[in-house]
Amino acid sequence: MNSAYTFSLLQGLWATVVLSMLTFLFGGLVGFIVGLARTSPTWVISRGAAAYIEIMQGLPLLVLMGLCFYGPSILGYDSLSPLPAATFALTLYSSAYLGEIWRGCIRAVARPQWEAAECLGLNRWQRMRAVILPQALRIAIPPTVGFMVQIVKNTSIASLVVGYAELSYNAKIINNATFEPFLYFGIAALMYFAICYPLSVQSRALERKLNVANR
Amino acid sequence: MTYNFDFGAVLAYWPLLLEGVWTTLRLTLFATVFGILIGAFCAITRTDGPAGARWVVSLYVEFIRNTPLLVQSYFLIFGIASMGIRLPILLGATLALTVNIGAYTTEIVRAGIESIHRGQLEAATCLGLSRTQTYLHVIIRPALERVYPALSSQYVLLMLASSIVSSVGVEELFGISNRIQSETYRNFEIFVVLGIIYLLLAVVVRAGFTLLGLAMFPRRRRLGTPL
Repeated sequence: MNSAYTFSLLQGLWATVVLSMLTFLFGGLVGFIVGLARTSPTWVISRGAAAYIEIMQGLPLLVLMGLCFYGPSILGYDSLSPLPAATFALTLYSSAYLGEIWRGCIRAVARPQWEAAECLGLNRWQRMRAVILPQALRIAIPPTVGFMVQIVKNTSIASLVVGYAELSYNAKIINNATFEPFLYFGIAALMYFAICYPLSVQSRALERKLNVANR
Repeated sequence: MTYNFDFGAVLAYWPLLLEGVWTTLRLTLFATVFGILIGAFCAITRTDGPAGARWVVSLYVEFIRNTPLLVQSYFLIFGIASMGIRLPILLGATLALTVNIGAYTTEIVRAGIESIHRGQLEAATCLGLSRTQTYLHVIIRPALERVYPALSSQYVLLMLASSIVSSVGVEELFGISNRIQSETYRNFEIFVVLGIIYLLLAVVVRAGFTLLGLAMFPRRRRLGTPL
C-alpha cells in the first residue's frame, strides 16, 4: 500500500462527504416540501405526495440514477456530469424517505396542540410555523440523523451508473490494479464506518434523550 | 425535442428481461430465507447468549449496518475470489445479500424479542415448557408476528437493493439490462422499462409478504387486527 493509493482513498472519502452533504441539503429541502404536502388537508396534494413517495420507494436507486443521468439529454439539455446527476438522483430518493419520516413527525405532534392553535385563531401557516413545526422538529432529529447514515451509504451507488469517483469507486480502481480486495475494500469499509457509526450512535443517544418521559 | 423514443427495441428483449426478473426473485427469496434464519439466531444470541457471543453479534450488526452493501459485496466476492476459491457468481451474490440482510433482520427481531412481556416467559415456565418450546412458541413466533411489517418492508428494500450485485457481474434484472444497453443503445428507454418492472415487482413482493403474513399468523387475523 503506497501513498498514492492512500491519497486516492482519502480523495474518494472527501467526494463521498461532498455528495452526502449536497444530498442532505437538497434532499432535506425537497423532503420538507414533500412532508408538508403529505400532511396537507387538500386531497389532491396529499395524494400526489403519497404517489411520489410510493414511486420513489419502489425504485432501486440504481434505476433512478440511470434515469437522472440519461434523462436530461433526452429532453434536449446537455447531459449532466456525474456529480450533478448523482445529486439529482439521490435528492429525489432521499426526499421521499425524509418526507415520509417528517410526515410522521408532524402527525406525532399531539392533537390538542392543533386544536389549541386553531382556537387561538391562528391561520394554517401561523399554526404550522409557530406551533406544530417547532415541536415536530424535536421529534424529527433522531430519525433524521439516522437517515443520514442511509444517505452516506447510498452515495456508494453513484459509482456505478453515473461513474462518480467517490470512495467505493476509487477503492475498486485500486483493487483492479493491485488485486488485494480484502485490504482496499476493508479500508474503504472502515472509512464508511468511521462516518456512519458516530451518526448511528448519536441518533440512538438523541432518541433516548428525547424519550426521557417513557424511560 | 427531437428524440424519438423506441421502447419496442427494448421490449423485444422480453425473454431476457423475464430471465432477469426470475434471477432477482430467486436472489431475494434465498436471501430472505437465510436472512431470517441468521437474524433469528443472532437476535437470540444477542439477547440471551454468553457475553462473548453477544459482543461478536453486535460487532457484526453494527459493522454491516454502517457500511454500504456495494462495498460489502466487493469485499466478499472479490475477496473470496482472491483466495483462489471459485464460487459461482449467484452463490457469491446470495452470500453477500444474506450477510447484509442478516444484520438488519437481527436488529428488527431483537426489537421484537425485547417487546415480549416478562409475564409471558414466567407463564411458559409455570406451564412447564422446555427452553426450546419457550423459544419457539412464546418468544420467536410472537416476536416475528409483532415486527412482521418492519421485516417485510426491509425485504422489499432488499429486493430493490439486489440490483447492486449487478456490479459484480450477476445477471439479475439490472445486470441483464447492461447487455440490452450494449446492443440497442437505448439507455433511457431501458431505465424507464426497468423502473416500471421494479415498481411492479415491489407491489407483487409486498402483496406476497402480506399474504404470507396472513397465512403464518392466523391468530392475529382472528383478532381482527390488520397486519
